[in-house]
Amino acid sequence: MAAVKITDLPVIERENSISIKGKQKKQLKCDTDSVAGCVSQRACVYCGARVVLNPITDAVHLVHGPIGCASYTWDIRGSLSSGSELYRNSFSTDLKENDVIFGGEKKLARAIDELVAKYRPKLVFVYSTCIVGVIGDDLQAVCRAAAQRHGIEVIPVESSGFIGNKAAGYRAACDALLSLIKPADSLIGQIPKSINYLGDFNLAGEAWIIKKYLNRIGVTVNVVFTGDSNYESLKNTARASLNIIQCAGSMIYLAQKMKELYDIPFINVSFLGLQDTADSLRKIAAFFNDQEIMRRAEELIKNEEAEVKPVIADYSDKFVGKKAAVYVGGGFKAVSLIKQFAEIGIEVVMIGTQTGRKEEYKSINDLVNDGTVILDDANPSELEKFMLEKGAHLLVGGVKERPLAYKLGMAFIDHNHDRKHPLSGFVGAVNFAREVYSTLCSPIWTLVNRG
Amino acid sequence: MLDFTPKEIKKLTGGVINPAKTCQPIGAMYAALGIHRCLPHSHGSQGCCSYHRMHLTRHFRDPIMASTSSFTEGACVFGGGANLKTSIKNVFAIYDPDIMAVHTTCLTETIGDDIPSILSSAEVPAGKVVIHANTPSYVGSHITGFSNMTKGIVTYLAESAKEAKKEQVNIIPGFVNPGDMREIKRLVKTMGIKSIMFPDTSGVVDSPMTGKFEMYPKGGARVEDIRDSGNSKLTIALGSFASTDAAIQLERKCKVPAKTLKAPIGIKATDELLMALRNSFVREIPSDLEEERGQLVDIMTDTHYHFHGKKVAVFGDPDIVIGLTEFLLSLGMIPIHVLTGTPGNAFEKEVKAMLLQAGLKANVKAAGDLFEFHQWIKNEPVDLLMGNTYGKYIAKAEDIPFVRIGFPILDRSVHSYMPVVGYKGAMRLIEMISNALLDRQDRDAREEDFELVM
Ligand code: SF4
Ligand code: SF4
Repeated sequence: MAAVKITDLPVIERENSISIKGKQKKQLKCDTDSVAGCVSQRACVYCGARVVLNPITDAVHLVHGPIGCASYTWDIRGSLSSGSELYRNSFSTDLKENDVIFGGEKKLARAIDELVAKYRPKLVFVYSTCIVGVIGDDLQAVCRAAAQRHGIEVIPVESSGFIGNKAAGYRAACDALLSLIKPADSLIGQIPKSINYLGDFNLAGEAWIIKKYLNRIGVTVNVVFTGDSNYESLKNTARASLNIIQCAGSMIYLAQKMKELYDIPFINVSFLGLQDTADSLRKIAAFFNDQEIMRRAEELIKNEEAEVKPVIADYSDKFVGKKAAVYVGGGFKAVSLIKQFAEIGIEVVMIGTQTGRKEEYKSINDLVNDGTVILDDANPSELEKFMLEKGAHLLVGGVKERPLAYKLGMAFIDHNHDRKHPLSGFVGAVNFAREVYSTLCSPIWTLVNRG
Repeated sequence: MLDFTPKEIKKLTGGVINPAKTCQPIGAMYAALGIHRCLPHSHGSQGCCSYHRMHLTRHFRDPIMASTSSFTEGACVFGGGANLKTSIKNVFAIYDPDIMAVHTTCLTETIGDDIPSILSSAEVPAGKVVIHANTPSYVGSHITGFSNMTKGIVTYLAESAKEAKKEQVNIIPGFVNPGDMREIKRLVKTMGIKSIMFPDTSGVVDSPMTGKFEMYPKGGARVEDIRDSGNSKLTIALGSFASTDAAIQLERKCKVPAKTLKAPIGIKATDELLMALRNSFVREIPSDLEEERGQLVDIMTDTHYHFHGKKVAVFGDPDIVIGLTEFLLSLGMIPIHVLTGTPGNAFEKEVKAMLLQAGLKANVKAAGDLFEFHQWIKNEPVDLLMGNTYGKYIAKAEDIPFVRIGFPILDRSVHSYMPVVGYKGAMRLIEMISNALLDRQDRDAREEDFELVM
């Protein structure tokens, strides 16, 4: 295999966004803007805000802008609901030329009035898109007035696309959530042994799995942010005695704020992979310092592991010598994936994220083997170059990466919105191994003459 | 559970619920992909570009390449000229396309970037081309964007060299799948006529698996062919919404006579396309095509009793819906709700005229949304629903058989490889419709009514 050289890259500006473990000591450049003219795989602020808030099931999610931004986000995220399905509709103010010239405030107010009349929601989120930031609509004022008119909460989400990348959108979403969960005095008073579970969007029902585990060990889940949550449950947020954060990229800010405002401590967890899941359950039990919880946690871990480990071992036997490449949205997921792959005996040879943070890149660097390529905000040709050079057999990515991998004759797993099976917890670890198996070991690859 | 639509109809004035359209740039991006070795470029924030690529990727299940100017706050204040110029430099240096097709987004339209003047002072490497189209999303729909970019292609590229026109026809296929484009080209070729099709996404978004990633797959209209389109003796625009503007532009610029026909969906519209070719190029309809047509008529006779009198609701892009409505009428079906999300009175006029001729009346609307469409269906139920993927919510809520057609289809595959146009496409449509209706009949049949032969 040819040695990988970063200097082969066609754009110098990208050089600092890529590193190779063991080769140099430089600090990877991340959290920057994409280069103009790049085929970036990155999304925008609105996208970030929408993915965080969208799983709130009984809210009206109204996109203030031209039609496109709403069309593309209509029910694309597979968050499941046990209650209302209102969030799966697409609401847009569908701004027209006149609105752009004369302002869209009146139309927005009308849209809110009509939607409230139709659906009687307790909660409306109004997302601003790029153009709203430019034409200068006063979102705050319109929302405030509408809230008063209808006696419900109408929360503006400041998510104009150009003010940053997806990470800025997470922040905007957290701000919106903070204004929603502001507790009335009567609500304060902690429920013992109860937690909020931050950073699970209940894709394919993942939050439900974790909720069951926690219930089994004697911990109550107060509310999940934001998978399968709703107005009522979110209003109770401040009553939990602990916050656990899974997806730190999107939720750490919220957890820090809750600590500051409501004195709720937080710990980081991960329910991806066997080891992480077990560690996290122990960590939670230890936090409550309760013998019974600890005992039950150990019991659960023992039972579950006994059930899944042999199954996973069977799969791992088939993965000998296989290598994976990872390109995902956030750094948290990237870190978990390295560990998850290690559990099934697959080495990660290339890893990148759209919005990973400095600390996360550090953990990534600590976890991977020497020679692994690490990149931030990669474009398709970089992904192709490094995957081929490093001899990856499998790519983990999102919607846009799937056909790229397939065209290269490479197996693929969606670890994003399009995932179809829950990948969390002990069952998730089995699903993960099964998914890897079904794509990596499919007979179709024998039809591909990889040149 | 997904049924949130109340039956009682109330007018909405503050926007849409469940849109039946999307924004211009994605149409422009799709049109630009129909040029060989072209990289579409989205001038605006990176979010838009990412969404458009994602949406197209989900429909075609192929890599969709496009670059973005990656706007930041600074660009919004000072204008996007610098971003666009840097983009042009980077795009040619990194991705090396032959041609770059710039479209605008809401943002760059609103801040008022003047693309032609930015382009005139940009450094474009020798032998390379940059073209552009303005595509503000607060006007029209993705179909408008497709039309605008197609027109831009003509404006920038078409040339006429000689006085005498060549014996060749330009075909503007409209916003259809590559499978349709291939079928139209086959029809014209079978007629023995040389054609230039643009945009032509066949071989680009339905490229074969080779084990290699090709940034620019084999397909797409060649720039030199598009240049030569100015020398053709006729342009046929298939569909007035997506294709006419470009054809007229070509007429204006290079004096190539323009003729707009319906999207060739169904027997009548396909006949019209072949007749137009026959008349302009003095050709006989070859026996192969006559045979195909005969087969189609045979199928229609064999199966007409499955269709007759069945009520249908159709939605989607205007050119497709117009063609489809005509075809449904020819099968004896009754379209009672017909809707497009794209604005345009011509749609309502044309559909209503067809219905009137058949002695029918229906709900017909342009610039509508699926919320209203669903309400119509609640008030007047149908036997069949036809439209893009988003129809599945209605189909489930109302428990009606559903045939997927148009853009986008996000939950089924293979559709983009198979035509709905031409005689073959009509056969396929009949198969899809009758399968949907008869599968339902089988599913619902009581045991004593369950039949082997249908
Ligand atoms: S802002 Fe972008 S995605 Fe939204 S409507 Fe405009 S061009 Fe389309
Ligand atoms: S307009 Fe802005 S907010 Fe909308 S998709 Fe584009 S970048 Fe995102």
